[in-house]
Amino acid sequence: MSFYDYYSVYKEIDVYKFFNGLTDYDIQRIIGKNKINEYDFLALLSPRADNFMEQIAQKAHKLSLQHFGKTIQLFTPMYVANHCVNRCAYCSFNAENKITRKAMTMEEVDQEARAIAATGLKHILFLTGESRTKSSVAYICEVAQVLKKYFDSISIEIYPLTVEEYEQVAAAGVDGFCMYQEVYDEEVYDRVHLAGPKKDYRFRLEAPDRACQAKMRSASIGALLGLHDWRSEAFATGIHAYYLRNTYSDVEIAIGVPRIRPHVGVFDEVEFVSDKNLVQILLAYRLLLPNSGITVTTRESREFRDNLIPLGVTKMSAGVTTEVGGHTSSNSSDSQFEIADSRSVSEMKQAIINHGYQPVFKNWMAI
Amino acid sequence: MDKLIIGGIELRSRLFVGTGKFSNDNVIPAVIETSQAQVITMALRRVDIGSNQENVMDYIPKDCILLPNTSGARNAEEAVRIARLAKAMGCGNWVKIEVISDNKYLLPDNQETVKATEILAKEGFVVLPYISPDLMTAKRLADAGAAAVMPLGSPIGTNRGLRTKELVQIIIDEIDLPVVVDAGIGKPSEAAEAMEMGAQAVLVNTAIATSEDPVNMAQAFALAVKAGRIAKIAKLGPESRYAQASSPLTGFLNRGVQ
Repeated sequence: MSFYDYYSVYKEIDVYKFFNGLTDYDIQRIIGKNKINEYDFLALLSPRADNFMEQIAQKAHKLSLQHFGKTIQLFTPMYVANHCVNRCAYCSFNAENKITRKAMTMEEVDQEARAIAATGLKHILFLTGESRTKSSVAYICEVAQVLKKYFDSISIEIYPLTVEEYEQVAAAGVDGFCMYQEVYDEEVYDRVHLAGPKKDYRFRLEAPDRACQAKMRSASIGALLGLHDWRSEAFATGIHAYYLRNTYSDVEIAIGVPRIRPHVGVFDEVEFVSDKNLVQILLAYRLLLPNSGITVTTRESREFRDNLIPLGVTKMSAGVTTEVGGHTSSNSSDSQFEIADSRSVSEMKQAIINHGYQPVFKNWMAI
Repeated sequence: MDKLIIGGIELRSRLFVGTGKFSNDNVIPAVIETSQAQVITMALRRVDIGSNQENVMDYIPKDCILLPNTSGARNAEEAVRIARLAKAMGCGNWVKIEVISDNKYLLPDNQETVKATEILAKEGFVVLPYISPDLMTAKRLADAGAAAVMPLGSPIGTNRGLRTKELVQIIIDEIDLPVVVDAGIGKPSEAAEAMEMGAQAVLVNTAIATSEDPVNMAQAFALAVKAGRIAKIAKLGPESRYAQASSPLTGFLNRGVQ
């Protein structure tokens, strides 16, 4: 059974009807529990739980401290190519958008990697658009081989692959997988993915299964918040992470909480997700999965990110650019989206220290 | 004399401390000082030797015994590779085998741990395997050449104390190797309890690192470990389900007999 089948049971749940049946007592009981189940998790995403944010935050803080201590791991994304055959309504890399396209040569990858490594970072996430010609699996493997010289851990955020292809990139040095489903609601998914192979909802939904089967060390998932009702999308994401953790127990599962940002494109039906909503989501994830990673990227502002530190975030990006070649800046492409926190690695490091936390640069290495 | 010898070295402290989860590594020297610990464990996955970034190793005094652990290893093969890497990086030949293939409960994989121990002990490592408390596993580890066994008191990081007490006691009673209770000890009183039970040492990380005042907490653990050890040697009085007066009422009956 893959997640597609597993999820079919949960997607039938009438989330708002479930919320209507909840009492304050239910929420308090859940906060007091040692281990919560899927339905407790859903209750934590309810409007009823809004009134208990502080209590839930205290619990989330305690759990995070217990499992991660006062540490925040740092990484940076590196865009290596932005050619894309998909037409996603919310993304600047949309095939129809007239932007500067670029796929780095290995020499450029080397230069960019060197520049990033000089900031002290040891974990890198590299990204491409979906183009099996401009950024083929062989190209991905080549990039990984170059990055291996500079980094202890390499993750990919690319188009979905088959198990065999994930095994190939793992053999080339990739140990982390990251893919956002964007939106779990199948209808909305179909609506915002206008054309291209990404229209295949199921192939993307089951990509984390395949990456875990290929023995990736870590798998990071998430929904792009703002594309659909956040309570049901966060529920689906949590269920997905819960399923992966229970099914592939030797893989470290992490969740991202990206909120949609200004971008070049046509999507204008954003379902607003407030700061408070985002915090509620993050806390619910922490209570459901006390020892799973939670990533907050520079899509969020510096003040907001800093405030999230004690609430359960375990990974943050720093020194970010969403342009291909942006770290060396000569001749880079257009960006994927606008970032909200432009702090450098050393500024981010200092901010984490100022909050009484330890910035962690290295948390794995090729062995 | 009450000596603890592991890997041919006579240790002056029965409290081992971990270096993870601190808000700032610069508190580690003071923690080591107040804890009086001599054996210091660190996750090799976090160590970044040869970089210009500061490093947990910079904060561990040179006279300490490094106990690199194989955190992150999912099977014996990975644990073995991490151990060899640690040695090559100059961390000495002690290693704490930690193999976790279950990220839900973070419980050690005893079977893979035995395999890794067999390989590394043959290569001359001083191997301290971290296990779920299971007598048969402990026996196999002894046969495989482990220098000690490290059963957990509770799942790692939980600070829930000696939930596995009965099983740890059996290992202490039956195994000739030093038993070091590792993981789950949340309070100094629980460290003392482990020592009273006959554990040869305890390893504490989370309880110290995540306390509001790690330096004082380290000292509290040092004192508790000493107290527990002294109590063990002094032999605890017998336990009884009923109260027994310190000055018995029938004492006069014995006094009459000359």
